[in-house]
Amino acid sequence: MNLPGKGIATGMVQTAKNFLGSYVSKERMVTVQYPEERDKAHEAARSFPFLVFDQDPEAGLRCVACKICEKECPPQCIYIVMQRDENGKPTKQPETFDIDVSVCMSCQICVEVCPFEAIKMDTEYEHSEFDRFDGLLRGKDRLAKSNDYYHSIHPTEAAEVDERLDKERKAKEAADKAKAAKLAALANKAANAEKIAKDAAAAKGKGE
Amino acid sequence: MTPSIDAEAILGRPEAPEGSGEPNYTVEPKRGDDGSVDGDLLEVAMGPHHPSTHGVFRMDVVLDGEDVVKLKPVFGYLHRNHEKIAEGVSYLASMPYTDRLDYLCSMTNNWAYALAVEKLADVEPTERAEYIRVIMAELTRLVNHTCLIGFLVQDMGALGTPLMYAFREREKILDLFEGLSGSRMMCNYMRFGGCRGDLPAGWISAAKQVVDRFGAFLDEYEALLSGNEILMARTQGIGVLPPDLAVNASVTGPMLRASGVNYDLRKVDKYGIYDRFDFRVPLGDHGDVFDRYMVRVLEMRESLKILKQALRDIPEGPVISPKAKIRNFKAPKGEAYGRIEGPKGELGFYLISDGKPQPYRYRVRPPSLINLTVLEDMCLGHSIADAVIILGSVDIVLGEVDR
Repeated sequence: MNLPGKGIATGMVQTAKNFLGSYVSKERMVTVQYPEERDKAHEAARSFPFLVFDQDPEAGLRCVACKICEKECPPQCIYIVMQRDENGKPTKQPETFDIDVSVCMSCQICVEVCPFEAIKMDTEYEHSEFDRFDGLLRGKDRLAKSNDYYHSIHPTEAAEVDERLDKERKAKEAADKAKAAKLAALANKAANAEKIAKDAAAAKGKGE
Repeated sequence: MTPSIDAEAILGRPEAPEGSGEPNYTVEPKRGDDGSVDGDLLEVAMGPHHPSTHGVFRMDVVLDGEDVVKLKPVFGYLHRNHEKIAEGVSYLASMPYTDRLDYLCSMTNNWAYALAVEKLADVEPTERAEYIRVIMAELTRLVNHTCLIGFLVQDMGALGTPLMYAFREREKILDLFEGLSGSRMMCNYMRFGGCRGDLPAGWISAAKQVVDRFGAFLDEYEALLSGNEILMARTQGIGVLPPDLAVNASVTGPMLRASGVNYDLRKVDKYGIYDRFDFRVPLGDHGDVFDRYMVRVLEMRESLKILKQALRDIPEGPVISPKAKIRNFKAPKGEAYGRIEGPKGELGFYLISDGKPQPYRYRVRPPSLINLTVLEDMCLGHSIADAVIILGSVDIVLGEVDR
């Protein structure tokens, strides 16, 4: 037979344990005093996307304005205009690259679909603005951040990306070299053939 | 008294069809034995901004004194057009929207959707991905049930303390989710054919630590509440859901099992790799609020068992199938229904594909909505304060009810 009030008394003991424990046990002190103290962000943390550039924030943007992210973005918050030179040929640079962070839902799909490792997720989370329209519409000048910054927030991921890009670049250089060599060989061959034909013609002329 | 201006005549609004807009009941004054009027029934619209309704949800209740005579649930305040949006975007782009259905359990929503698309496109997830999914689903169950019992006792008037303890533990699991997927609640982690990224270094040992300590928290929580006389008095015999009604109303999840029906999709369907784990399905006897509370507590203990086995056995290997496509994903023509045992019940996604990059039809079977349909049957005859607890024990999230 249970004593009346036994359950409540057991519960009170638990509350007392937690209350006293919150002064001594590290495990029970779980909150931080936010603006002064901050928890360290996880490496995988994500807030809003930014654009990676290599050296120059304008010309060094990895983005080639292929518009894949614009197409795949679930809430359609990316707006891209391709830059064209005077002949109308695309220069493989974005003229405009806007992200409306008031619409963005931080889903990271733009990062996953980008074949050029050009767009990555930031970890910064304090985005208050006085101007609620233009302040939250980020152009490419505000979105562009250096590769070093990317390394500082996601070190493991950035190292992998750099390795992959390096590999691709080397493969491309090798392919270019092979292609150039092939072209040179072809040109050589053509020149040879021409020379032979010329010689033959000359010989023919002499014979007459 | 008639209104001086007939607004409807000026605005030219068409006449409403007969019966619409009218309540489907009539409120008649209560009469004593001699036929004299004894008192009126009172109509109360609880919500949509009532704190105990767990979101924007309205209950139109008719009260006789304090007892509920009629109850009409009204929802749709949080309708976000999820299904229609999904028919306009690619298969992948619906994945982050599924996070926002039941925003407490984004991982299980992801899994159900990924399962449906995998059936449709015939992609098999890799071995490691299957294990990761089980771990994520069971952690999500812990998150959901800790939240629920915190909110439930809050509805009973235990303001603050138990909910804070519950949230303290939940935070540890959300921390694991953030370390893995980058976001605490909107994880967007599963992909068709696997998962988005591999577990970061040290994640498994961190998860093991959390899982090992969770049992102690449950003991503490049960010592705090389960034997509490006030909790028992408020919950035992309240809101009884008979098993036949539960089955006929297609109620699923812990609600159904609290009524004593042994139906758990993890055992019935054996989706994923659930046939490899040793766990039991807790059942209730009475189907009252107390049983629903206890079933969830026991389910958490079973989840811990599964988690321990999964974290021990997880193999090395790729996390996403080489056949999986991220860009330009197109499903072949056909239809598929993928369902899982979510923390709230059977969560299913039904997809029809016509071979285009977008689904032709996209339909969600939300457990919260369907479990809510028996609310009136459970509440009749109980007092208005009990109706609040009964609603809490159904475990709804309005993001999923309204979609």
